[in-house]
Amino acid sequence: MDIGPYSGILKYIGKSIIKIISLLIAVSILSFILVSASPVDPVRAFIGEIGMANMSAENLNKLEAYFGVNTPPIERYWNWFTDFVQGDMGTSLLYRQPVSSVIHVKFMNSMVLMTTAWIFSGFLGYIFGIVAGLYRDRWIDKAIKGYSLLIASMPTFWLALVLVMIFSVWLQILPIGLSVPIGVNAAEVSILDSIKHLILPALTLSVIGIANITLHTREKMIDIMGEDYILFAKARGKSRLSIIRNHALRNIMLPAITLQFASISEIFGGSVLVEQVFSYPGLGKAAVSAGLGGDAPLLLGIAVISATLVFGGNFIANLLYGIIDPRIRRGSAYE
Amino acid sequence: MNNTGSVTVLQKYQRKRLNQRGQTLMYLAFGSIFLLAITVLGTLVGDIAITTNFTQKNFLPHMAHPFGTDWLGRDMLARTLKGMSISIYIGLFASVISAVIAAILGAAAATLGKKVDAVITWFIDLVMGIPHLLLLILISYALGRGTFGVVVAVAISHWPVLTRIIRGEILQLKEANYIKIAGKLGQSKMKIVVKHMIPHVLPQFLVGLVLLFPHAILHEAALTFLGFGLPPEQPGIGIILSESMKYLSLGMWWLALFPGMVLMTAVLLFDLVGGSLRKIIDPHSAQE
Repeated sequence: MDIGPYSGILKYIGKSIIKIISLLIAVSILSFILVSASPVDPVRAFIGEIGMANMSAENLNKLEAYFGVNTPPIERYWNWFTDFVQGDMGTSLLYRQPVSSVIHVKFMNSMVLMTTAWIFSGFLGYIFGIVAGLYRDRWIDKAIKGYSLLIASMPTFWLALVLVMIFSVWLQILPIGLSVPIGVNAAEVSILDSIKHLILPALTLSVIGIANITLHTREKMIDIMGEDYILFAKARGKSRLSIIRNHALRNIMLPAITLQFASISEIFGGSVLVEQVFSYPGLGKAAVSAGLGGDAPLLLGIAVISATLVFGGNFIANLLYGIIDPRIRRGSAYE
Repeated sequence: MNNTGSVTVLQKYQRKRLNQRGQTLMYLAFGSIFLLAITVLGTLVGDIAITTNFTQKNFLPHMAHPFGTDWLGRDMLARTLKGMSISIYIGLFASVISAVIAAILGAAAATLGKKVDAVITWFIDLVMGIPHLLLLILISYALGRGTFGVVVAVAISHWPVLTRIIRGEILQLKEANYIKIAGKLGQSKMKIVVKHMIPHVLPQFLVGLVLLFPHAILHEAALTFLGFGLPPEQPGIGIILSESMKYLSLGMWWLALFPGMVLMTAVLLFDLVGGSLRKIIDPHSAQE
């Protein structure tokens, strides 16, 4: 069935969406099993140890019924799932609020942090990679490559600590943590303050994120600079800049963009650690608190949301592949 | 004309240096010995790592305590070594388990037909869909946290990438001419697998296993840092670093700087060992 030039893409989109939905359901089931298997007792987590001691048996039974302690897991999952589809993810035990509204606030905070880092690391990594590939084996290539390899082995949270030591403790130019200054109402925070508190976490995430994309772009750049059409362009007397602009940029952009969209999972992992160090109130910090505090509904919600982000990123990467590369767009790569 | 004093030297004699392969081998040996040394020292350190000495607390790094001491007067070098050796043990265990899972699933996906392949590939997508650190938190949460939780979480979550590699490798091998010819010559399937496939896949598997190490170690440290892993009385690297956070604003920079550096060095060395191993094993790149 070939209706037009884009039928391949449309078919691909349809197929991908079905696959993503099936994967998301599987993610929710897997997370649900893991969360249910936990020895952490939801009732105990909800009212605390002292509450347990002072609670009458009748009230305990009520709470147990509320949390479905005695309902079979499959039924509990089904209840959760039907609620989730209607937008109700349950109530967070830690925040005493609907999970959806907790996640909404945290998600916005995290998005600001992750998007900043994502754009910076992508852009800088791309440029570093091109420069390194262009000046292969010269000092600048060695410096960039060395930096990338070093960063790739660096624990994210340690880098965060080192940056705190340098900028907050030693130079004292940036705040240590928290996205809001102490003693100030959340609503009264000026934009300047929020930006100040964003700099270090975003810097940490960007620095870590650059390594991967730089190394990949460098490899591609070296490959492409060895192609015959580059040699021919040189022979025609084209300047280095115009060769890069006309022949190299587009070719390298494809793997770079794909990689950057596929790296959302890593950026999210990094943000969990960074948010913890800087007490940044985002999804990652919430996930850690939920895990430590026995807040199963919140943990479950965050798992599904983050998986949606990752699958979405991969999907966009695959789509862009087709839009940027005309061979794939016209060809049958989507079959 | 007297020429005896000045002889034109076309090619100066150079003392033979190591060739590329020798250099790689040296890296391999250096990395392995260094890591082994950390592990052995950390294991032997024993009680020094947890002995408190209040007459010597908050010391800056100096001769007797190269990494300084903490607020309880514990020697940071001993704690770091001990923590690093624990991390390496956990990393070893986790990589072996993950690699075995990867080998079984990868081989199954490549050989047991399209349906099995589709299921396993789908499963890889599933596991890779949850951000790795979040998956670790979930597994650790399911197991009630603690040492057991972190070991299991790190061990059963690192297989997807290696599974993909092994699957791809076997799929490619199945199409290779020499395998097909061996089949046409009437060799039994068993013989083809043992004689022609395993020698090719095994090195890849070993390299993959070594390269899992750095990931496993970093993830263990991260999980412990977040509070899910080793209990606070253990001198894990993650514990040391998360404790140091409280003392950073007091200017005690040495508590975080050196342990983190050791962790980073260990990860770098494992990468070096894995990379060198790959170069040596693969005849195409052994001389690079």
